[in-house]
Amino acid sequence: MAHAAVMQPPASAETGAGVYNEKLGMWVFLGSEVMFFTALIGSYIILRFAQPQAWAAPGQILNIPVTGVNTFLLICSSVTMVKAFAAAQDGDQRMLKAWLLATVLIGATFVSIQVYEYLVLAHEGFLPSGYVAGSHLAEVADGGAAYKGGAALPESVGLYGSTFYTMTSFHGFHVTMGVLCMIFVTVKAFRGGYTAEDHRGVEVIGLYWHFVDLVWIVLFTIVYLI
Amino acid sequence: MATTAAAFDHVAHAHADTRSFIRRYIFSTDHKIIGIQFLIMSLFFLLVGGTLAIMMRWQLGFPGEAFPGGGVLPETMAPDGVLLPEFYNSLVTMHGTFMVFFAIMPLLVGVYANFLIPLKIGAPDMAFPRLNMVSFWVAMPAGLIMMAGFLVEGGAAGAGWTMYAPLSANPEYSGVSGGQILWCVSIAVLGLSSILGSTNYITTIINMRAPGMTWFRMPLSIWSLFITAILTILAIPILSGAAIMLLFDQLIGTHFFLPPDGGQPLLWQHLFWFFGHPEVYILILPAMGMVSDIIANGSRKPIFGYHSMVYAMIGIGFLGWIVWGHHMFQSGMNPTLGMSFMISTMLIAVPSAIKTFNWLGTMWRGSIRFHVPMLNAVAFVAMFVIGGLSGVFMASTPVDIQIHDTYFIVAHLHYVLFGGSLFALFGAITFWYPKMFGRMMSEFWGKVHFVLTFIFYNLTFFPMHQIGLGGHMRRIYDPTEYEFLLPLQGLNRFITISAILLFATQTIFALNFIISWFRGKKAPDNPWEDTGVEWSTPSPAPHGNFPTTPTVHHGPYEFSSPLVEEDYLMQDRRVSKPATPAAS
Amino acid sequence: MPYDWGLPIAASTFAADIDRLYYMILVITGIAFVIVEVAIVWFLIKYRARPGRKAYYTHGSAKAEVIWTAVPAVVVVGLGILSASVWSHIRGRDSVPPNALPIALEAKQFEWNATYPGADGELGTGDDFTMRNLLQIPVNQPVVVHLTSEDVIHSFFVPEFRVKHDAVPGMEARVWFEATMTGEFSIACAELCGLGHYRMAARVVVQDQAEYDQWLAEQAANQTVASR
Repeated sequence: MAHAAVMQPPASAETGAGVYNEKLGMWVFLGSEVMFFTALIGSYIILRFAQPQAWAAPGQILNIPVTGVNTFLLICSSVTMVKAFAAAQDGDQRMLKAWLLATVLIGATFVSIQVYEYLVLAHEGFLPSGYVAGSHLAEVADGGAAYKGGAALPESVGLYGSTFYTMTSFHGFHVTMGVLCMIFVTVKAFRGGYTAEDHRGVEVIGLYWHFVDLVWIVLFTIVYLI
Repeated sequence: MATTAAAFDHVAHAHADTRSFIRRYIFSTDHKIIGIQFLIMSLFFLLVGGTLAIMMRWQLGFPGEAFPGGGVLPETMAPDGVLLPEFYNSLVTMHGTFMVFFAIMPLLVGVYANFLIPLKIGAPDMAFPRLNMVSFWVAMPAGLIMMAGFLVEGGAAGAGWTMYAPLSANPEYSGVSGGQILWCVSIAVLGLSSILGSTNYITTIINMRAPGMTWFRMPLSIWSLFITAILTILAIPILSGAAIMLLFDQLIGTHFFLPPDGGQPLLWQHLFWFFGHPEVYILILPAMGMVSDIIANGSRKPIFGYHSMVYAMIGIGFLGWIVWGHHMFQSGMNPTLGMSFMISTMLIAVPSAIKTFNWLGTMWRGSIRFHVPMLNAVAFVAMFVIGGLSGVFMASTPVDIQIHDTYFIVAHLHYVLFGGSLFALFGAITFWYPKMFGRMMSEFWGKVHFVLTFIFYNLTFFPMHQIGLGGHMRRIYDPTEYEFLLPLQGLNRFITISAILLFATQTIFALNFIISWFRGKKAPDNPWEDTGVEWSTPSPAPHGNFPTTPTVHHGPYEFSSPLVEEDYLMQDRRVSKPATPAAS
Repeated sequence: MPYDWGLPIAASTFAADIDRLYYMILVITGIAFVIVEVAIVWFLIKYRARPGRKAYYTHGSAKAEVIWTAVPAVVVVGLGILSASVWSHIRGRDSVPPNALPIALEAKQFEWNATYPGADGELGTGDDFTMRNLLQIPVNQPVVVHLTSEDVIHSFFVPEFRVKHDAVPGMEARVWFEATMTGEFSIACAELCGLGHYRMAARVVVQDQAEYDQWLAEQAANQTVASR
């Protein structure tokens, strides 16, 4: 999207924001993304404060170690993205390609692990609608270990699954979109599309990538750890 | 689209243009073509929304009687032409949805942000032309998805355009399943279109103004579209998020809004109105901006208090974020919270008053021309005042107890959306028609349309205040079910007849619009003797907009300036003497 | 009941307060309305384009703008303060009169079920009894409705009492009012609640205390008979 044949004004324009269109556009777009996640996270906070008993203790249902590794991977991908941008600035084509490729691979790995996590959870009986009666996780939850107050699961217990799947899947969707755009940028880099002078695509996708990373750190904290 | 081609043939001659037909008129990246595409789309949905309204009004005025021509409707909607309650609920919902999301919003933003921004700031096109094209080709399917609701089993969504959960979240409650799902999908898809569009508008306005087009030389229409785009970019994602949660409640069994499982119905209302109130201003600010342009032109005077007009719009934009609770005074929200929402809501009257009085100040000692855009713009002011003042009743929480969810609200919102936005749009369409199509709309038929619309509009909506005070609830299928509403039935019937006449009057506009496209008088470059940059380029504006990038020397409304002989001084015209600043 | 081009008759204690506020806003907005509309028409006539006359070239007047910013601001803040006092009387914390008669009203698609406290005047005891679509209350006695919903959002609306409150599933609202005249009124549902929304009506019967007590006794007797 950053590579549309942009028509620049033929003469010098009135002083704008001092940044090129694609970058400004991405900042504006990220503003709307912030509001989107604000709606999701805000709803999560409201629902959880109203029904704290519906949430299992951290680590009882969700696998924190696996997701912790995944979080670490995503942070690494931000580092590789920074490296890719630095390489682009230096005009170092070889390293640019290498770091972009690394970012794509790590991003794809993150999504794969998330899909795996979903499959395991679903298999063991944790769904967006709540626990599957008689399943392994229903027993874990029902055993009193996960919920304050003992044996009987609260009626609102389904909210836990609802918010978990909705928030993480939306983040996963954003990472997937990011990976697709990143593949596009990488292909262009392999064709020599970026120079030390003009590497807008790399910078713009980098902004998006860091944003998605940042959102994940918030989500990981409030969904898994608290 | 073949018709577009006919009207635009001579453009191709004026400006060597080698693009294929499809690239030029269908998957076009030219902001003007995209604006016209949005115009045709949203006028179509305006017609759809109007038709739904007439069916609704028929049932209210003549409950249980067969709708004329309703025999063609299937059994599931209207057996023998008599509307069913479930179909009536769909009508209510779809009328609101189409009018808000697919008619007024794209008419104001899709059409005029696209068409006017580059032309008025002196840019050759948008910052991201391809993204612009995508935003239209995403909006269009969203409308079709919404229409498809009528075709699926169970009918279109029937929980009101506000989709209050849990009615909207569980098909067992509403009796509608497929339609509700399509509503959520369509709204989420449309949201993407709005976000892409607004990203484009904001970037374009910030980065692509012609030399000399400083912030305070921008016409108020551009200011209003800029503020609107910011509101859109921040508000729409909230609705998208909420709509997706609502969709998940129906599709994958989540419980966000379903109280038996711990969900919260009020959460939906908070999300919806946190989006919804900025949305209200999205639907009126561009109208205010364009009306300001037209009133200055019609009065041949600079706009009165240009700076305070800008600050008032910014103020409305800010206040719009802290007043959403006034839609929920009777919802069981904490009454103390209600009090603070009341105060913030009352304060919105202040910037609205500033704008109104500044429009009056602009007309004061002017030299007023009664062209069709001016008539509609003045009607906007006159009607917006009624809509704004009736808002004070609702803002007062105790009075709101009586009129909340009654026809008083219906009257209020139609005074703002129809009396306000739609009159502004009739004015704007007529005003910029020559720049779009190179021809003038008929002045005579424009005036006939204006006078009849103005009369029938008021006859339709003013009495709604009365029946609302009497307690007539919104969204009821048959008012004669209630004894206390029986005395109002005469007025209901009167409103229905007026509404039918109002609807019929729009035929004049439709014919004027279509016929002028082919037969209208050829338009000169600057038919209204306006000051905007867009009028210094040929009509219709060629591909690339300006032969050379204009340089802006003056503020936006230099009418009757002493510097020149004529009573208008165009923004890009250099005069020997140094120009006075745009505003004192 | 004849229709008198305005609000319905006022049949509760605070209805008069609300109506007074309504008429005050009507007068104030009416004045603003007349000023603006007259100015529009007057300017259109007086300043219509005539040959040889040019418009007066001005960009505004700071003084005028300050006036028409300040005056509306003062007026609306004043209205806000007046509204706030009426509002806290009706809805404020502890606004429910302590001697109010509790009645539980549960809305569901598409009916209203009123549960009366019986002779002991307390809900949740053995002598409670429930009536479908009938809210029978004594006159000049505060009543507090414990409003709930079984399924979707409904809205409890009695126009003559100036009472309206949403019944939200999962929440209980306390809505109080005091009827000031005997007679029969309607409960209407004011929030779209599904197919039968338009016919979700119920009767409100306001009686003298004596009549009410008698009705209560009859109901109690019926209950005992039924339970035997």
